[in-house]
Amino acid sequence: MEGNIAELGQYIGAGLAAIGSGTAAVGVGNVAGNFLSGALRNPSAAAGQTATLFIGIAFAEALGIFAFLVALLLMFAV
Amino acid sequence: MISLLQEAATTAAEHTEEAAEAAAHGSESASGLPQLDFSTFPNQIFWLIVTLAVLYWVLSRIALPRIAAVLSDRQGAITGDLMAAEEFKQKAKEAEAAYDKALADARAEAQKIVEANRAEIQKELDAAVAHADAEIGARAAESEKRIREIRDSAANDAREVARDVTAELVSSFGGSVDQSAIDSAVETRLKGALQ
Amino acid sequence: MASEAQGEEAGLSFHPMDQFLVKPLFGEGDVHWYTPTNVTLWLFIVAVAIAALLVAGTRGRAIVPNRVQSVAELAYGMTYKMVEDVTGKDGLKYFPYIMTLFMFILFSNMLGLLPKAFTVTSHIAVTGVLALAVFISVTVIGFAKNGAQFLGLFWVSSAPLVLRPILAVIEVISYFVRPVSHSIRLAGNMMAGHAVMKVFAGFAAIAVISPISILAVTAIYGLEVLVATIQAYVFTILTCVYLKDALHPQH
Repeated sequence: MEGNIAELGQYIGAGLAAIGSGTAAVGVGNVAGNFLSGALRNPSAAAGQTATLFIGIAFAEALGIFAFLVALLLMFAV
Repeated sequence: MISLLQEAATTAAEHTEEAAEAAAHGSESASGLPQLDFSTFPNQIFWLIVTLAVLYWVLSRIALPRIAAVLSDRQGAITGDLMAAEEFKQKAKEAEAAYDKALADARAEAQKIVEANRAEIQKELDAAVAHADAEIGARAAESEKRIREIRDSAANDAREVARDVTAELVSSFGGSVDQSAIDSAVETRLKGALQ
Repeated sequence: MASEAQGEEAGLSFHPMDQFLVKPLFGEGDVHWYTPTNVTLWLFIVAVAIAALLVAGTRGRAIVPNRVQSVAELAYGMTYKMVEDVTGKDGLKYFPYIMTLFMFILFSNMLGLLPKAFTVTSHIAVTGVLALAVFISVTVIGFAKNGAQFLGLFWVSSAPLVLRPILAVIEVISYFVRPVSHSIRLAGNMMAGHAVMKVFAGFAAIAVISPISILAVTAIYGLEVLVATIQAYVFTILTCVYLKDALHPQH
C-alpha cells in the first residue's frame, strides 16, 4: 500500500510536468506570430529569416520536450 | 460504462501486480521506458555507427560528387545554350540588317529606274509636244496666209467694184471719166475702210 | 510495467511505448552489442532508401532529370544552400557529413511513420550519438581552427565588463547543454508523436469514439509528417549554426 502513494505522486508529478508542454506551445506560437507580424511589415526581408524562425521554434519547443521527458520519466522510469 | 470502469479497475489491478512482479525479478526491463533500457545501448550505438559510416562513405564518394557533376553539367549546358542563343540572336540581327540593306538598295534601284523612265517619257513627250506645236504653227501660218489671200482678193474685188461704180456714177452725172483720178480717189477712200 | 499480455481481454489498453522496444530479429534472448535487432533492420532500410534515392535515382546523370533525380537534386541543393548560408564558404568542406546527417534523420523520421515501423531516431541512444558526434567534432574543429581564441565564444565582449564573467558561465553551460537539447529534441519529438498516435489509436477500441479517434489519428499523422521534416531540418540547421560558431567564434 505504501507503494501506491509513491505511484500517486508519480502520476501527479507527471501531470504537472505535462503543463510544461502547453507552455511550450505558447512559446512556439509567440515565436511564429512575431515572425509573421514582422514578415508582413517587411516581406522582402522575411525569406532570409526562415532559418532563424525554425531555430527559434526549435529552442522554444525543446523546453516543452524537456517537460514531456520529465513526465515520461515520472511515469515509466522512476 | 460501469462495466468499462470495472474492467479498467481490474486491468489497473493486474497492471500493478505485474508491475510489482516485473520490479521483483526486474532483469531485462529495468525501466519501463524502452529508450532508457541501457542494456540495448551498445547494440544501437554499434549499428548506428556502422550505418553512418557506410552512408557517409556512399554519399561522399558516390552520390554527392555525382549530383554535383550533374548540377554543374546542367549549369554548363544552360550557359552554353544561352551563349548559343545569344550568337543566334546576333546572327539574326545581322541577317536582318543585310535584308534591310538589300531592301533599301532595291528600292533605290527601282527609284532610279522609275526616274530614268520618267525622264525618257518626258523627253518623248516634249518632242511630241514640240512636233505638235510646230505642226500647229505651220497650220496656223498657212491658214493665216490663206486668210490674207482671201482678204487681199476681197479688197481687190471691192476696189474693182468701187472703181466701176465710181466711173458709172461720174459718167451718169455727165462728167468725163478720168480713169486715173477715179483710181486715186478710190485708193484713198478704201485705205481707211480696208485696214 | 510494459507487459505484453496485459489487457488482452480488456476493451481499452494502451501500449504506447511498446513500439520502441528493441528486440532481436531472430529468436529471443539478450541483446548483445552485435545482435541483429529491429534497430539494425530499420537502420539498414534507411540506408538502402537513401542509397536508392541518391545513388540509384541519379544513375542516369540526366541533364533533364526524371522525378527521382530531381528529388535527389532538391535535397542536395537545399542542404548545400543551408550550409553555405549559415556557415559560409569555409563550411562547405563539412557538407558531406551534414548531408549524411540530414538524409539519415529525415529518412529515419519518415520511414518510422510507416505502420509497424520502428523509429530509429526516437531512441536517445541514437540521437545522443548523433548529437555527441556533432558536439565533439565542432569543439575539435573550433580549437583546431582558432586555437585558444575559440574560448572567445564564451567571452561576450559586447557586454559590460561586470556582466562578462556571469555571461561566460551562462555561455559555458549553454554550450554544454547543446548536445543534450540537440539529442532530446529530436528523440522527444519522435517519441511524443508516435506515443500520441498510439494513444489515439487505442481509443478506437471503443466503438462510439472510434470515428473521432480515427480522424484524430489522421490529423496527428499529418502533423507528424510535418514534424518529421522540420525536426530533420532543425537538427541540420543547428549543426550548421554550431559549426559556424566553431569556424567564426567572434560573434
